[in-house]
Amino acid sequence: MQDLQNSDCIVIQGSNMAECHPVGFQWVMQAKARGATIIHVDPRFTRTTAVADMHVPLRAGSDIAFLGGIVNYILSNEKYFRDYVLAYTNAATMLREDFRDVDEVDGVFSGYDPETGTYDTSTWNYQGMPAQESAASGEESRSERAAGHEMGGHGASLEHGRVRRDETLTDPRCVFQVLKRHYARYTPEMVQEACGVPPEQFLKVCEAVTANSGRDRTTAWVYSVGWTHHSVGVQYIRGAAIIQLLLGNIGRPGGGIMALRGHASIQGSTDIPTLFNLLPGYLPMPKVGEHGDLRHYLATISSPDQKGFWTEADSYTVSLLKSFWGDAATADNDYCFDYLPRLTGDHGTYQTVMDMLEDTVEGYFLLGQNPAVGSAHGKMQRLAMAHLKWLVIKDLNMIESASFWKDSPEIDTGELVTKDIGTEVFFFPAASHVEKDGTFTQTQRMLQWHHKAVEPPGDCRSDLHFFFQLGRKLRERLARSTLDRDRPLLDLTWDYPVDDKGEPSADAILREINGFHLSGEKAGQPMSSFTEMKADGSTSGGCWIYTGVYADGVNQSARRKPGREQSWVAPEWGWAWPANRRTLYNRASADPDGKPWSERKAYVWWDEPAGRWTGHDVPDFPVDTAPSYRPPQGTGGPKGLAGDDPFIMQGDGKGWLYAPTGLLDGPLPAHYEPHESPVDNPFYRQQANPTRQVFRRKDNLSNPSAPEAHWEVFPFVFTTYRLTEHHTAGGMSRWLPYLSELQPEFFCEVSPELAAERGLQHGGWATVVTARTAIEARVLVTDRMVPLRVGGKTVHQIGLPYHWGVGGNALVTGDSANDLFGVTLDPNVHIQESKVASCDIRSGRRPTGPALLEYVKDYHRRAGITIYTGNDQRTPMPGVRLTRPEQDGAEGETGPRQGDPS
Amino acid sequence: MHHGTSSGGTPDGARRSLRSTLLSWPVIRQYTQGDPLGRGAAAVSAHTKACTARTTTADRVVQSVCPYCAVGCGQRVFVKDEKVIQIEGDPDSPVSRGRLCPKGSASEQLVNSPGRQTAMLYRRPYGTEWESLDLETATDMLVEKILDTRERTWQEHDDQGNRVRRTLGIAGLGGATLDNEENYLIKKLFTAMGAIQIENQARI
Repeated sequence: MQDLQNSDCIVIQGSNMAECHPVGFQWVMQAKARGATIIHVDPRFTRTTAVADMHVPLRAGSDIAFLGGIVNYILSNEKYFRDYVLAYTNAATMLREDFRDVDEVDGVFSGYDPETGTYDTSTWNYQGMPAQESAASGEESRSERAAGHEMGGHGASLEHGRVRRDETLTDPRCVFQVLKRHYARYTPEMVQEACGVPPEQFLKVCEAVTANSGRDRTTAWVYSVGWTHHSVGVQYIRGAAIIQLLLGNIGRPGGGIMALRGHASIQGSTDIPTLFNLLPGYLPMPKVGEHGDLRHYLATISSPDQKGFWTEADSYTVSLLKSFWGDAATADNDYCFDYLPRLTGDHGTYQTVMDMLEDTVEGYFLLGQNPAVGSAHGKMQRLAMAHLKWLVIKDLNMIESASFWKDSPEIDTGELVTKDIGTEVFFFPAASHVEKDGTFTQTQRMLQWHHKAVEPPGDCRSDLHFFFQLGRKLRERLARSTLDRDRPLLDLTWDYPVDDKGEPSADAILREINGFHLSGEKAGQPMSSFTEMKADGSTSGGCWIYTGVYADGVNQSARRKPGREQSWVAPEWGWAWPANRRTLYNRASADPDGKPWSERKAYVWWDEPAGRWTGHDVPDFPVDTAPSYRPPQGTGGPKGLAGDDPFIMQGDGKGWLYAPTGLLDGPLPAHYEPHESPVDNPFYRQQANPTRQVFRRKDNLSNPSAPEAHWEVFPFVFTTYRLTEHHTAGGMSRWLPYLSELQPEFFCEVSPELAAERGLQHGGWATVVTARTAIEARVLVTDRMVPLRVGGKTVHQIGLPYHWGVGGNALVTGDSANDLFGVTLDPNVHIQESKVASCDIRSGRRPTGPALLEYVKDYHRRAGITIYTGNDQRTPMPGVRLTRPEQDGAEGETGPRQGDPS
Repeated sequence: MHHGTSSGGTPDGARRSLRSTLLSWPVIRQYTQGDPLGRGAAAVSAHTKACTARTTTADRVVQSVCPYCAVGCGQRVFVKDEKVIQIEGDPDSPVSRGRLCPKGSASEQLVNSPGRQTAMLYRRPYGTEWESLDLETATDMLVEKILDTRERTWQEHDDQGNRVRRTLGIAGLGGATLDNEENYLIKKLFTAMGAIQIENQARI
C-alpha cells in the first residue's frame, strides 16, 4: 500500500479508492504531492476523481476495450520496455500452430464447443507442451471447480519449463506477434465506439502511462470489485497485467497492480479458504475422477519438470494433512487423503442457493454475512432460505438474513408467509474484533494480530469459541461411533488450550497454521520457512504460505515497530506472506544482470561480492542464485529457475502476457459485452462472454440484450457501489448511529439529461426495474453522471449504492440494489456480474404488495422474456431462429441447466 | 467576524481583578494572542480548557486492527473499567499513520451500540416471534441438527461408484470478516464433517 507513494503515475480503474479505501488513499495523495499523475477511469465522478489529474468517464462493462486500446498503443508505438519484456515475460515463447484467435473464429478462440459453452484449451498452449486436460469435459470440470481461484498463490501448471523461444520477437507464432495481431483492432476509434471515450482523451491516458514507465519511472494500476464483479472479471485483470508487463511495471517500486479488497480479512479467507474448491494455500479440493488418491492428486496439481516452487506442492499437501489428522495420517494411509470429501461439480454459493430451492440443502451457517442484501438476486437468496430446515446466524446485529421469515420484502408481496416457513433459526451473537485475539490478513497479504481488549458481552462469543465447542460436542456425541464416515471427525487434531471461559487459544491455532517439525532434532519447533516442509510426514503445517509467521518461535504478525522507526517498506510491522516479502516478484526490480534498472527505482539487487540477493525487501528469489545462473537442461523445481526467471511461481519463470493454461475463457482478454447490455459488441459478432455461466430458470430471468429484440425496454445501464459511511450489506454500519445518520437513505444518481428524459425530480422518488424486480430510491440529479455516446447512441448510466435492506431492526432501511441483479457468473471463479446490467427507470414509487409482482410481470410481457432470453452463450447468427423445447415462457418450468444444448 | 465563545462561563470571575477580566474578554484575546480571526486559542473557554480527552483516563490501551475494509488500519482501543471507551487510529502503523475513516472512527459504536444483539435468540419452525434460549442448549440442539442432517444426506459414493464421502445437506457462507484462525477451524471442522459447500465473500 505504502509503495503507491513511489509511483510516477497511478491509474485507478474499477475503484473509488478515496471513498472506499480512504486511509489507503493517503499514499496516492503522497504520490501526487511528489509529482505523480493520477488518472481516474470510472463511469462516475467521485471524490477520487475530484483530486485526480484526469477523469475518464467510460461505459460500465467496457474496460477490456479500454485496456486493449492501451496495449495496442504500446505495441504500435514501440513504447514497451524491450529489455524487461524480452527477459522477464513470455513474449518470445512460441505458440502451437493450431491456435486460432477470436478474429479468425468469428469472435471465439479455437476449441470452443457451442454445445457445452466451454473451451478445449489444448490449442492455446506453448509449442512442445503435451495437452493436459485436452478433453472438453476436462475444461468443464475446471469451470465447475472454479479453477481460476486456484491461482491465488501460484501460476497455472505447465508440463515442463522447456519452452521454444524466438529472441527476435518476429516469428508470427511467438506470443509477441500474436499479441500484436490480437490487439490491432483496439484502435482509439474502437475505444470510443465501445467505451464512449473520445480519442484525444484516451491518447492522453496512453501518453501519461507510457511516459511514466521504463527504467527510471513506474506506473501503478489500482482496482477493486469494479473489475471483479463481471462475467469477464478475470480478463479485466489480465488486461492490466499485460499492460504492466509490457511496460515493465511488475515487481518494481511504485509499480504493480493493486487489488483493493473490501473486508478486513477477505485475503485471509482466500488464503485459508472458506471456499468450496480450495484447501489452505491454494491447493485444490480433490475432485471425483481426477484425484482418486494422493499420487494422482499431486500429479495433477503440478509437474516436477516445471520450474519454481510450486513443484513442492507434495510437501505442502502432506504437511496440511498432518496438521488436520496428526498421528492418524501416515504414509501407509496416504496421510488420510481419503478423509477429504470429494467435489463433483460447482458447489459455489450461488449453486448452493439454487440447491436450497430444490430442498437438497437442509442447514446453513451465515457467519458475519448478510446475503439477503449483499448477494446478487436478493429475492432468490431469501426464498431459498425459507426452504432450509435450519439456519444458523452468527452476527453482531439482527441482520435482514436472520429475520427474513418475518419481515422480508417477500412477506409484503405474499410470496412468503411467516407461519408457513418451517425454517428453525438460531441467532448466535458474535464477539467483535476487540473482544478476541487473532489475525486479519489485509489487502497486501500482511497478517496483523489484533489483541483482545475486553470480554464479549452477554451471549456473544468468538467464532473460534463457537466452532471449537461445536467440534468438541460433535466429537463427544460420536465418540463411540464405529462408522467409517465418522473417522475424519474422530481422528481430527482438536485439542487446543482453552481459557477459563472455554475460549481456545488463537495463538495455538496460528502456531498450527505456521507448522512445526514433528521429528528429528527440531521436533516440536515451529518452522521458519515453507522450504523446511517435507513430504515424508516429518512436518505439519496448516497453510504453507503462512509458514514463517511464527519464524524463530515468535508471533511475527504481532510485531509493531512504529513505521517512523523503519524504512518505508516497514518489514518489521506485521508479517506478509510469503516469507515476509512486501512486493512480489521483486527480482524483476533489477535488470537481467542483477543491477537496479535505475538508481531511482532500486529495490532488490544482486550483491556480487557477497554472492546473494539483497535490498530493501526480502528478495523474492532463491537468495544465492546468481543472475548468470542457467540450469542444466531439464532441471525442474526451484533449481530449474534461471538467474533471470523472476516469476518463481510460474512454470516457466516468466510473466505471462499470454496465458497458455489456467484460464477457461481465453488466453487473451477480448472485449465482450456485459450479460445485459443495450449496446451491440462493436468488436465481434459474439455479444457476451461465450463461456459465462448462465442459469436458465424462471426465477432467474434476464433482460434482452442488444441485438436481441426488445432490448429497448431496458435501455439504461446501471452500476452499484459503496459509500464511505457504510460497509457492504450494512451489517456493521446500519446499526451504528453515527454512520446511519451520515448516510440515512438509499438513492440513485442520474444525470440531468436522464432526469429530463424520464421526468425525475431531484429529491423525489424513482423506481428502477429489471426482469428480477423493481426497487425505489430517492433521486439525486447530478452532473457527476454524464451520458456517453456509444455505438451511435446515447447511453445513460445510473449509480446505485447497495448498502440498504428491507426488514431487520437496522437504524436505517431501504430497498436493496442487489435485488435488481440476476445470477450470471464468470466461468473462471464463479463470481457474479453485479457491477453492470441494464434497467428501466421511472419517476415515482414502486407498487407494494402483490401489485409489485404484477408490475414486473408487465415488463416481462413487454420485453417477451423467457428463460432463454439473454442466455444463449454463443450469440446466434443473425436471422437464425433457434428451436427451443416446448415450454417457452417466464411462467414455465425451470429450463435446462447451464451447459445443456441451447 | 466570529468572536469565539464565552458560553463556558467563568465561575471564579468575581474574584478576578478588573484587569484580568478585561484581558480575558475574547475580543481582547483575539488581538493580543495572535488569533485575529478568533478561530484558535482566543475561542477556547475555561470550560473547554478544563476538559480532558476520555482517552487520557483509560486504564489501558490495546493495539488492534480496523475490522472494516482490507487496508488494515491500526487501531488503539482505550479501555476503562473493562469497557471500551474509545477507539482511535494508531500513529505507529506504517499503513495508516494514525488515520481512520468514518467507519473506523465509529467502531466504538460497533462494540457498544445499544442496537447490538447480545442475547441468543431462537425461532422455532413456523414460529412468528423470536424466543430466548440459553447458549448451551442452543449448541446442543444444533449438534443434533447437524448429525441428523448429515446422516440423512450422507453420500458415501456418487452414482458412478466413486467414493465422495460427504454431505451436500450442510452449507456455509461467511469468513471475510473473521480471523484467519477462525477460518482455519471452520474449514478444518467442515471438511472433517464431509461438508463442502463452505463459501465466503471472496466468491462474491
